[in-house]
Amino acid sequence: MDGNIIELVDLTKKYGSFTAVNQLNLSIRKSEIFGLLGPNGAGKSTTILMMLGLTDPTSGSVTVCGINPTTNPIEAKRRIGYLPEDVGFYYNRTGAENLIYTAQLNGSPEKLASQSAEQLLARVGLSEESGKKTGKYSRGMLQRLGLADVLIKNPEVIILDEPTLGIDPTGVREFLDLIVALSREEGITVLFSSHDLHHVQQVCDRVGLFVGGKLLAEGDIQSLSRKLFAKSPYVIEARLSVKEEEKSEGELIFTAARLQALLINISGVNEVTKTNDLFEIGCSSDTTAEIARVLVDAGIGILHLNKKEYGLADIYYRYFEGGIGHE
Amino acid sequence: MNKPEYRQTTFLGLRKEAIANIFPFINRLSQNWNEEKVIHPFRVVLNKEISDHVRSWRFIILILLISLTCLGSIYTALANFSKAAGPNDPDGAFFFLKLFTITDGTLPSFVVFISFLGPLLGISLGFDAVNSEYNHRTLSRILSQPIYRDYLLNAKFLAALTVISVMFFALGFLVMGFGLVNIGIPPTVEEFLRILTFVALSILYVAFWLNLSILFSVQFRQPATSALAGIAVWIFFSIFYGMIVNLITRSFAPSELAGENQVIAFESFKLGLLRVMPNQLFSEATSTLLMPSVRSLGPLSMEQVYGTIPGPLPFGQSLLLVWPQVTGLLAATLLCFALSYFSFMRREIRSR
Repeated sequence: MDGNIIELVDLTKKYGSFTAVNQLNLSIRKSEIFGLLGPNGAGKSTTILMMLGLTDPTSGSVTVCGINPTTNPIEAKRRIGYLPEDVGFYYNRTGAENLIYTAQLNGSPEKLASQSAEQLLARVGLSEESGKKTGKYSRGMLQRLGLADVLIKNPEVIILDEPTLGIDPTGVREFLDLIVALSREEGITVLFSSHDLHHVQQVCDRVGLFVGGKLLAEGDIQSLSRKLFAKSPYVIEARLSVKEEEKSEGELIFTAARLQALLINISGVNEVTKTNDLFEIGCSSDTTAEIARVLVDAGIGILHLNKKEYGLADIYYRYFEGGIGHE
Repeated sequence: MNKPEYRQTTFLGLRKEAIANIFPFINRLSQNWNEEKVIHPFRVVLNKEISDHVRSWRFIILILLISLTCLGSIYTALANFSKAAGPNDPDGAFFFLKLFTITDGTLPSFVVFISFLGPLLGISLGFDAVNSEYNHRTLSRILSQPIYRDYLLNAKFLAALTVISVMFFALGFLVMGFGLVNIGIPPTVEEFLRILTFVALSILYVAFWLNLSILFSVQFRQPATSALAGIAVWIFFSIFYGMIVNLITRSFAPSELAGENQVIAFESFKLGLLRVMPNQLFSEATSTLLMPSVRSLGPLSMEQVYGTIPGPLPFGQSLLLVWPQVTGLLAATLLCFALSYFSFMRREIRSR
């Protein structure tokens, strides 16, 4: 198809009787940021290895930039920049030397290589450390050097395997910003694998959910949440203060059922659940204002009322429950 | 990729092209040093591996160790040189070769040193070739570059081999130079050829151990394990294998009354078992090359010896005599390389 830079068709990889990747179909458009999301051992890394031609699929096919990496890995690897999980460098060489080495492996003459190494080191904020041996780099610095290493070959696609692992929160933020900026400026397609929902949510245009070697769902975050929480797309969280006399009546204090009884007249309220002190009201439409009015009229104090946005975390957990159930 | 632009440098007011036209040789030389030239990826890997070896402490220690032992053996050789060349010695004409083989018993000769330290050199240059890339997590990054996977393995082997070759040739020529200065007799062409062949043979011998340790480095993830495995094989061959062969063959040794044919058959069988060892092949080959009077490496019957005049073999004949040994060493080296190649090429490379 036009505009699709990565096409996976019925991709399957088996290790003996264990199926790491099962009948995977996925297409990624040019210059989008795609997040591969899944728990450890879901087959994300195996899929990436097959895209690079570092391992052969058992069946199915991979096409990257119009090239089949299984049969023509060299051409594919010329176009794909790959940042492996927990990237390493030659510790007895400086950052710049490591970059120049990669550039030369990609057929760049030495002078050009050292120029672009310098530029990229400045780009990822390592100019001052360029003369330092990479053995002395911190984890975050290594990761940034890894990004420079990926970019020095002028790739069309970059694949980042768990790039945020082991970096501190500010480092992660800078790193993600860098990725987004690069993708937007250079039009590079980014494939980003992670099990950290938060990071994926921050940067990715679309995500694919991986569980047990299968792609369970794919799409942008809004459409995923709409699909998943079709029954109650809106959830309102409420923390209420109830008067003392009402509390002492009986063992069961203010229950979810009592709240539901109160809210029964508001159209769109589907269900009320309670965890500890927090009520969750599932609605089919946004009814926050009406709920507030009813509660105030009933003389119940509102400590906290919040319309909950479904994040990737909720999608993820919901899929997990569902995903395990399906199999 | 951008096309590299060409610099307009001037030398003594001449344009670069003008100089190039006058001295094509200089031009070719300067092109090799040109920073704008695209180097083939294999050369890039090779250059990096060689410079890794040369920069490493390991190599410095090894070179110190080996130069020291060589100096020691040259010293003893020179000190005993006058006694070595007796009037009835069939090798007497080959003065110069004695530099490599004679000793007064306190310190082993150069040849013995090389056959002892060669394995150590080979093992220590190769034992962490592949697994250290893996442990430093550089392997998957390098293999995701547009190079064939065997480039890495071939470059590792070739880099270590280059370093060893340069070192051995330098040592061989140094010994020759020392000898020349001290004894004042230049080597004949034949002696020179014999010494060159000996150095080449030593390189082949070290290449076997190098390949064995590269094989272990592919197989074992821990460099310590692979180093230990290499050293174990070395010790097994240099100490235990001979003992085991003796133990086995003693049980069916022919009696004293047995016929000549039987004794010869037994001796050849025993020698055949011993020749499984690369050490044995190497020592047979070197002694033939450096002692031209050696005319057979197996047992000889009285019939065969009868009537022969002890005298040196010509170089070509010596070479012919050791040809099976050289082929055996080469085969063992190739076998190790093929095994590690097979194992490495089929492996799935994960980042951890």
